[in-house]
Amino acid sequence: MIITKPRDWARIKGNLEELGAKRVFLMGCGECATVAHTGGHAELMVAKSVLEGAGYEVTGLVVGAVACHSGGTRLEMRKHQHEIDAADAVVVLACGAGVQTAADAIAKPVFPGLESAFLGNVIRNGVFEERCMMCGDCVLDKTAGICPVTTCPKGLLNGPCGGMWDGMCEVMTDRPCTHVKIKQRLAEQGRCRVARIEPKDHSAKLKPGAVSMRPARDAKKAAASGEGSGS
Amino acid sequence: MSRLRDMLDAGEFVITGEIAPPHGTDYSAMLTSVRTLSEVCHAINVTDNQGATLHLSSLAASRVVLDNGNGCEPIFQQTCRDRNRLALQSDLLAAWTLGLENVLVVTGDDPRGGDHPQAKGVFDLDSTLLIDATRNMNEGKDMNGAPLSGATDFFIGGALFPEAEPWEIALERAHQKINAGATFFQTQAITDTEKFARAAEALKPTGAKLIAGVLLFKSPRVINFINEKLAGLMVPDWITDRITSAASPLEESIKIATEQVRELSQIADGVHIMPLGSDDAVVRIINDAGLA
Ligand code: SF4
Ligand code: SF4
Repeated sequence: MIITKPRDWARIKGNLEELGAKRVFLMGCGECATVAHTGGHAELMVAKSVLEGAGYEVTGLVVGAVACHSGGTRLEMRKHQHEIDAADAVVVLACGAGVQTAADAIAKPVFPGLESAFLGNVIRNGVFEERCMMCGDCVLDKTAGICPVTTCPKGLLNGPCGGMWDGMCEVMTDRPCTHVKIKQRLAEQGRCRVARIEPKDHSAKLKPGAVSMRPARDAKKAAASGEGSGS
Repeated sequence: MSRLRDMLDAGEFVITGEIAPPHGTDYSAMLTSVRTLSEVCHAINVTDNQGATLHLSSLAASRVVLDNGNGCEPIFQQTCRDRNRLALQSDLLAAWTLGLENVLVVTGDDPRGGDHPQAKGVFDLDSTLLIDATRNMNEGKDMNGAPLSGATDFFIGGALFPEAEPWEIALERAHQKINAGATFFQTQAITDTEKFARAAEALKPTGAKLIAGVLLFKSPRVINFINEKLAGLMVPDWITDRITSAASPLEESIKIATEQVRELSQIADGVHIMPLGSDDAVVRIINDAGLA
């Protein structure tokens, strides 16, 4: 899931002041931001009281089912159209993807209410760790399922670096060195050690990424309708 | 032809020193260091934004050493932290064009520990991969195998920490660097000669040359700094005790370093002295150890 963190209130306030906005509509996200405790119903209520305490009027609020879902968000916005119409600006407590989806769906200025931090593993309720940066050229096959790109602070493929001390990381001294962990797990699994991981293919990480699973489906449909049409 | 390589190949004991380029364009102080160190050193490492803090580039500063070292050669440093593979290879071509023949390839400290903590660490390549890319240039190719119009012939070194634990992993890493093309190592500061001997023994079959790092533990303050700030280094009690109880910590540190150099000269291919600014001490250490 996407891990979000609260955004500095002064920045949000600055956005509203710059616009001269007095009335605000709030939107959250029922998926990641709810699990992260940053943009669920409870957090929207807190944001509401902060805004009201600072003299703003909150015209309404909604926790979108999945804020980054274009169709869903558009539907949600339509349901709250009059509250949005009454607002000068919309603040979205979701990741940057959710904010952009909302901004696409709403004619009013839309501002981020959170910082998008990382793609996180849920370790336990409220505890998240970054394990993958979605680099597009995965090396987990060679590293016993431990990602050096993400979990080594320097992102080294071959390590450890010279700062490793007693198996611990130089940069984050309270954590074991990723490369020590990788080598230990490979040894535990009796896998012959990898001599060297070659330089990453950064071109595999397309930015902006875009994938469509639909052409095949659409082609199938077209073929099916072609068969049915006869003449 | 690199004199450092010739000496090591001939089995001669080498002495290397270290300077940091200035934080600015005035390199007069650096020049003074070069003149002092070149009295006893065969080569001088020119650090590359050491400690992830901004300095004049190793490229320019190495050239200053080449021009002013009286035969004492620069060891150009390249860290993976600040440049992607294009910039790294481009700088290596520049270095060779400028007459720099020795290169030490290191990963580099994380920017978060330096003076520009907001900087993006690049680490496009790690030290092994950059050593490999450098070896490729020596063979007349870039890292994609495309031919270069004019090859390099660098004497390629890597860093090694013989006191690292787990040692098997550090040793595996050293082998990896040797396979990639490193033919000499300069080590982090040695505090335990036995561990250095362990490394020397293990690497003997590879033929790689080992230059042992010796750091001047100048004062209790320096020791505290090393223990708290320098990754992968803990000053052992015997050194701390001698420095803290000495009437003159600097004098005592010179004594300790001299003893270390004497001892290491029996097992290493050379010593690398890191004087932390006390350049004159290097001359004394080398003289006192009987190596001058
Ligand atoms: S190698 Fe890339 S894709 Fe694989 S886990 Fe790491 S960041 Fe994610
Ligand atoms: S100690 Fe290990 S995990 Fe930490 S930066 Fe160095 S190689 Fe990466």
